[in-house]
Amino acid sequence: MRFTELKNQERETQQFRLRLSVAAGFVLTLFAVLLLRFAWLQIVQHDYYLTKAEDNRISIVPVVPNRGVITDRNGIVLARSYSAYTLEITPSKVDDLEKMINELAEIVDIQVKDRKRFRKMLDESKGFESLPIRNRLSDEEVARFAANRYRFPGVDIRARLFRQYPLGISSSHVLGYIGRINERDLEGIEQAGIAANYRGTDHIGKTGIEQSYERHLHGITGSEQVEVDAGGRAVRVLARTAPVSGNNLALTLDAKLQEVVEKAFGERRGALVAIDPKTGGLLALVSMPGYDPNLFVDGIDTQNWDLLNNSPERPLINRALNGTYPPGSTLKPYLALAALELGKRTQQQTIFDPGYFNFGDHRFRDDKAGGHGTVDMYKSIVVSCDTYYYVLSNDLGIDNISGFLGQFGFGSRTGVDIEGESEGVLPSQEWKRKRFRKPEQQKWYAGETISVGIGQGYNAYTPLQLAEAMAAIANNGVMFRPHLVNYVEDARTGERTQIEPKPVRTLGLKPESLEFIKRAMVGVNKEGTGARAFAGAAYVSAGKTGTAQVIALKQNEKYVESKVKDIHRDHALFIAFAPADEPKIALAVLVENGGFGARSAAPIARLVLDYYLLGKLPPGPAPANEDDAEED
Amino acid sequence: MIRRTIDRLADRITAPLDGTLVAIVAALMTLGCITLYSAAPGRLPGQIVNLLVAFGLMWIAANLPPQQLMRFAVPVYFGGLALLVAVALFGEVANGARRWLHVGVTRIQPSEIMKIAVPLMLAWYFSRHEAVLKLRDYFVAVVLLLLPVYLIARQPDLGTAVLILAAGFYVIFLAGLSWKILVTLAIAAGASLPLLWSVLHDYQRQRILTLLDPSTDPLGAGYHIIQSTIAVGSGGILGKGWLSGTQAHLEFIPERSTDFIFAVFSEEFGLIGNCVLLMLYTALIMRGLMIAANAPTFFARLLAGAITLTFFTYAFVNMGMVSGILPVVGVPLPLVSYGGTALVTLFVGFGILMSIQKHRKLVNT
Repeated sequence: MRFTELKNQERETQQFRLRLSVAAGFVLTLFAVLLLRFAWLQIVQHDYYLTKAEDNRISIVPVVPNRGVITDRNGIVLARSYSAYTLEITPSKVDDLEKMINELAEIVDIQVKDRKRFRKMLDESKGFESLPIRNRLSDEEVARFAANRYRFPGVDIRARLFRQYPLGISSSHVLGYIGRINERDLEGIEQAGIAANYRGTDHIGKTGIEQSYERHLHGITGSEQVEVDAGGRAVRVLARTAPVSGNNLALTLDAKLQEVVEKAFGERRGALVAIDPKTGGLLALVSMPGYDPNLFVDGIDTQNWDLLNNSPERPLINRALNGTYPPGSTLKPYLALAALELGKRTQQQTIFDPGYFNFGDHRFRDDKAGGHGTVDMYKSIVVSCDTYYYVLSNDLGIDNISGFLGQFGFGSRTGVDIEGESEGVLPSQEWKRKRFRKPEQQKWYAGETISVGIGQGYNAYTPLQLAEAMAAIANNGVMFRPHLVNYVEDARTGERTQIEPKPVRTLGLKPESLEFIKRAMVGVNKEGTGARAFAGAAYVSAGKTGTAQVIALKQNEKYVESKVKDIHRDHALFIAFAPADEPKIALAVLVENGGFGARSAAPIARLVLDYYLLGKLPPGPAPANEDDAEED
Repeated sequence: MIRRTIDRLADRITAPLDGTLVAIVAALMTLGCITLYSAAPGRLPGQIVNLLVAFGLMWIAANLPPQQLMRFAVPVYFGGLALLVAVALFGEVANGARRWLHVGVTRIQPSEIMKIAVPLMLAWYFSRHEAVLKLRDYFVAVVLLLLPVYLIARQPDLGTAVLILAAGFYVIFLAGLSWKILVTLAIAAGASLPLLWSVLHDYQRQRILTLLDPSTDPLGAGYHIIQSTIAVGSGGILGKGWLSGTQAHLEFIPERSTDFIFAVFSEEFGLIGNCVLLMLYTALIMRGLMIAANAPTFFARLLAGAITLTFFTYAFVNMGMVSGILPVVGVPLPLVSYGGTALVTLFVGFGILMSIQKHRKLVNT
């Protein structure tokens, strides 16, 4: 019994030890599996995981470059960037935005418009990027927030670059503005293959020079290799590639001249374009009224936007190159030139103007009741005789007219270096065929040619086209593409790349024809419709007045100076260049609903030329010569 | 005189301890403290206190002869079971699980007690029926095992449940359950996997799914596995060096002082460090199995074997989970992870092992 028990125990111990051996084998096997796993991860896959770990650790943070400075031809700063602090919220990291903003408002000043703007940006974003709730914090506000930062996870202070337009409303249409990059901008950036350079950039040029020279102004984005922790907080900078600032732009524009123009316009709507005829450089490009581009930089608030967008004055429209207007009598010198060049008239040939021209069963009336009597070509320009041009245009025919005018750039885009240009309308038989659908509308009627002859009818040109054509005459037929940028300056090296004048074409005009037209236009300002505006000028200038009908008025209808009627008043135009023998400036002025060109447009031109040629600053808005001659 | 007193005192202190075991445990503890300093230096002093307390409890356990331990088996087991029921009824909910029980000023985690109580109880039960172990005895043992496992699994605390299940299974296995039945059980277990799947909580299922493909949920459940695997893999053969683990120090590793401390260790000490750690664990386990093999009584053998193999399970499950071959369950890396409760359980286990080793001859009578 005792023996069996012992034997039993022996066997039991044997069995237990066997089980223990199995367990030990189990342990060693599983540890071997672990070891294999470690070897797999740490030897075979090591490179892969090391890369992953580095990717985790290192984040490439873009460093946004300084946007280039824009100056006028004399170095006056028109647009610049400066650094300031913003308070930004990353919406995805915040549970209750409204509550957090309310709490933030106790520390920094957050106004209703800031909240509205933030809401608007939030609607447009995807919530992952940080959005500014307040821009341009004061030092005190920065300090106050820093002390309370722990209370606001997902809220940060960032140093950002801001755009500023020191002259405000002046030159707004030329400069344009920058604004937050939206979905459409983003598409454009991606299509252009420059998305990498826009990492970190949240503003882009939207209109004007800011838009068209975006690539020059933006610069090259730098980067910082930053070690980040799991929470995305930067721990230290490992490497840095400095950004390259955007190029500075020096414009051909004269900011002082712009201000003179704006002042001369006063409350009136309209546009003025002044060109250096020898280069095509734009000296002034003004559209009135303007707007303050600074409003757009941070994202315009709805109140201001509605104010600008719904204003009957339409301040956001760049009239100088977007608006198209009938040229009125400013077209007459070109038609006279056409007659000389095409051999349809000599300077000496005269007509008798009884005050009207009968064509078929329609009577085209002259401005001057009773007519101008015997009129030669010189007189036709100086007194702006309509009848002379009724007859002339009828003799020329529409296709001769459009063919000749087309060379001056009428009815085609000038290619100026900002966007938004209208094409205008240079009427011709072909144009009418393309413009209309119905066969009876497609037909050109001879009577329509006669309206075109005095700059009415289908004619519609931008003030920029009028100025370009004027410059073509001033420069004896050598035309340059109008442009706004004089040179591009590399911000680092200071190296300047001049924008070379781009010749458009040289018109093969006979010198004697040109000489005559210039003489006749000098006559306008000396003894004709522009004489009053240019009385006592210390230089010899050439000009031509014009009036463009907005709507046809019934005979003998009187203007009533109320707002409603105001928009039905004629547009006043004036084209000019000076000095007549050696032109330095050619310009076109348009005053919307300004009445007769001689009355409100010519005086503006006078102030501009006085300033540009003599340095004389105008005392105030240009006078409207109410009792001026009404022959236009 | 004084010297002799000190010598005697030293003898009294070291007498119940097993030198080999103490040496291995000390080496592991040192590695643990070095790693913890890198993972969370602020927690090191607390961990040292934990270690001292645990060491004291180990000493006490080492002084208890195995027969004494047998007497604790039934009251501790049923007391623990009662506490588990109490947890289910009045327990405190934290992180979506009901694991803690408030007792006066402190709170306890009864599932931790069961890590020792279950093998103790089963070993006691088998040693009572030592002479003739019938199938019925195994059946009772399985019931004794599954009762606490069920209660813990539904807290839910899958990690602890798995460990206790493993501990109980080791006792049954070592007690000599026939291979035929073991194989049958293994097949049955395999077949019941779908059933198990149906009783799992959503987050537990998610963990298993995530293990199969962590990339399906890179920011949620997969994040732990992805980041810890990156840490291990990027460590390479030599490691990035102590205090130089980027995954650890830039906080990409979650729970880096507790359940995922192995990722920190592995990133900083590489494959070589892993080999050292595995060797130390193997040495400790082999020492434990040797103690079990030499143990005088059936009870002592089963208990020593089960405690040792449970320790192995801790280590394997934790390292397997961190290196991405096992699902994420809350099992700490023994002797390395920060945390007092787990340390106490482990050290009490070591104490029992030492006691069994010291008493291997005495009971032979």
